[in-house]
Amino acid sequence: MQIPASSPAIDVAGVPTPAAPAPGLTRGRAVPYWLLLPGMLWLTVFFVVPLVSLFATSLQSPVSDNPDDGYYFNWDFSNYSEALSRYGEQYVRSFVFAGLATLLALAIAYPLAYFIAFKAGRWKALLLVLVVAPFFASFLIRTYAWRTILADEGFVVDLLNALNLLPQDRVLNTPLAVVTGITYNFLPFMILPLYASLDKIDPRLAEAGADLYAKPLTTFRKVIWPLSMPGVVAGTLLTFIPAAGDYINARLLGSTNDRMIGSVIDSQFIIVRDYPIASALSFLLMATILILVTIYVRRAGTEDLL
Amino acid sequence: MADPTSTPVVPGPREPRLASTTLDPALLAAPPARESGVQRSVRWVREHTLALYSALALVYMFLPVAVVVLFSFNDPAGRQNTRWNEFSLDAWTNICKDPTICRSVGVSVSIALVATIVGTILGTMISFALVRHRFRGRASTNLLIFLPMATPEVVLGSSLLALFLNMYWGNWQMPLGFWTILIAHIMFVISFVVVTVKARLAGLDPRLEQAAMDLYADEKATFRYVTLPLVAPGIMGAALLAFSLSFDDFIITNFNSGSTVTFPMYIWGAAQRGIPPQVNVIASIMFFGALAIVLLAQVLGARRRRVVARGTGSVASGAAGTAPVAAEELARRPS
Repeated sequence: MQIPASSPAIDVAGVPTPAAPAPGLTRGRAVPYWLLLPGMLWLTVFFVVPLVSLFATSLQSPVSDNPDDGYYFNWDFSNYSEALSRYGEQYVRSFVFAGLATLLALAIAYPLAYFIAFKAGRWKALLLVLVVAPFFASFLIRTYAWRTILADEGFVVDLLNALNLLPQDRVLNTPLAVVTGITYNFLPFMILPLYASLDKIDPRLAEAGADLYAKPLTTFRKVIWPLSMPGVVAGTLLTFIPAAGDYINARLLGSTNDRMIGSVIDSQFIIVRDYPIASALSFLLMATILILVTIYVRRAGTEDLL
Repeated sequence: MADPTSTPVVPGPREPRLASTTLDPALLAAPPARESGVQRSVRWVREHTLALYSALALVYMFLPVAVVVLFSFNDPAGRQNTRWNEFSLDAWTNICKDPTICRSVGVSVSIALVATIVGTILGTMISFALVRHRFRGRASTNLLIFLPMATPEVVLGSSLLALFLNMYWGNWQMPLGFWTILIAHIMFVISFVVVTVKARLAGLDPRLEQAAMDLYADEKATFRYVTLPLVAPGIMGAALLAFSLSFDDFIITNFNSGSTVTFPMYIWGAAQRGIPPQVNVIASIMFFGALAIVLLAQVLGARRRRVVARGTGSVASGAAGTAPVAAEELARRPS
C-alpha cells in the first residue's frame, strides 16, 4: 500500500494500538445522526422554513394602503391571480429567455465538451481549467463588460451590421443582448456536465460503430448522443433553472422592455415592499420550475435514458 | 435506446482503419494525389471544424474577461468605464482611491471566509454520514441537499427575507446585515460542499483504511492518518468553490443585506453611475489569483495521482472538478 507523500504520518503501524483490532468504521447507530444534525438543522431552518414563510407571506393582505402598517395572514389566494395579471408578461419572458439561452448554450457547449473529451489529449486538464476560469472574475463585472463589447459603436455591432444581420441596427438594450449575456453566464454549467458524461464514453464504442459501417454522423446519432443524454439533461437543467430566475443580465444589458420576473420580485420586495405579491411571484416561479423540471426529466428519462 | 450492436451488419470485406479514436470522415478518406491551394485550405478547415468551433467557444468565454482586464488599465473619459480612452496604471497603483471599494471587498472576504469554514465543516460531516453510514432517512437527506441547488437564487433570497421579516418580537425586528448575509451564504454553500466531498469520499479505495486497521490502527488513528489526508483534496476543492460562490454572490445577498455593502453590492450600486476601473483591478486580481491556485492544484493533483494508485480523476483538481459532480448528482435524480 502506498500512502501519499504529503501525508504527515507514514508510520501508521507505529501508532499506539488497541488490544483488539478496530471493529469497523460503521460502529454506533447514533453516529450518522450526530454528523447530520448541525448541517441538516441549518438547511431546515434557513431553507425549508423560509419556503414555508414565503408561502405564508404570499397569502397575506395589507392592513391598510400604507405598506408601513404591515400585512396580516388571511389565506388571500387572490394575490396569485393579481401577480399573474400584473406581471404575466415578465413571467413568460423569463421562461422564453431562459429556454433560448439554454438551447444556445447547448449548441455552443456540446462541440466544445466533445472536443475536450475525445480530441484534446494531454491538453484536457488545461482546457477544463480554462472553461471554469472566467468564473473567477466577478459575475457582475463580466456581465457589465458585455456593455463594452456590444456597444453601438463596437466591432460586434459593426460586423453584424455589415452582414445586414441586425434589424434594429443595435444589440445593446435589446432581447438579443440579454440572451447573449445569459448564455454566456451559465455556459460552464452546461459544458462541465456534458464533458463529464462524454468523458465516460469508451471511444471504442464509436470505433465499433465505424467498423459496422455506420457513417460518422450515424455513429454520433445512435451511439454518442444517447450515451451523453445524462450530461445533456443535467447541463440543460443547471443552465435553465438559474437562468429563469436571473435578472442581472436583463437589467444590465436589456431595456426596460426586457425585464425578467426576478427583477419584479426584487423590486416588489425591496423597493415597493408589496411582500404578498412578491412572495406569490417567487413561489410561483419555484413551483413552475419544479413542474417543468419534473416533466422534462420524466420525458428524457423514459425516452432516452433507459 | 440505440445499441451499436443492433445496426445491421453489411457483409463484405473489411478495410483496415487507420485512426482509431477519430470520428472525422475527412481523416479517413485518403487525400487526393494533387490539390490546389484552395482545395487544401478547404480540406484543412473541414478537418479542423471541431477544433475551430471549440476555439471560437473559448473566445466567447474569454472575451468579457479580456475586456475586464484591459479596462483596468483605462483612464475613462467620463464616469462610465465602457469606452477606451487612455492607458493608465492609476487604478492599479491606487486601488483604494475610493475607500468604499476596499471596505466592501473586506466585508465580502470576511463573510466568504466564515461561510466557507462553517459550510465546509457542516457539509463534510454530512458527506461522511452519507457515504460511510447506513441510516434511516437517507432519501430525504439527499433531497434536502439537492433542492437548494435546484432552486433559483431569487427564490432562495426572497424566501429568507420573508423569514427574517416574520422574525419580530414586539418592537424588535431581525436586523438585516452582516449576520443575515452570513446565514444565507452558509445555507447555499452546504449543498455544493456535500456533493464535492461525497464524490471524493466515494472514490476512495476502502482497502486503504482496512489495511490501516489490519496494522492495528484504531478508528481515530485510521481517520486522522489515512482517511483525512486522502479526502483533503476534495475538502480543499469544496472550500475553494464555497469561497468563490460566497464572494461572488449578488442575488441572495441583495435581498438580505440591509445596509451592508459587499463587493458585488458595490458593483451593482456603481453600475448606474459608472463603475470605476479599480473594480476591474480587483476582478483581475481575483481572476489571476484563482487561476494560479487551480493550476497549482492541477499540477499537484497530477503528481499525487502518480503516487496514489487509484485517483479520482478530475474530481481531485479542486473547483474545476466540482460542477461535473454536481451535474452527475442532478442527472442521477431521475432514475
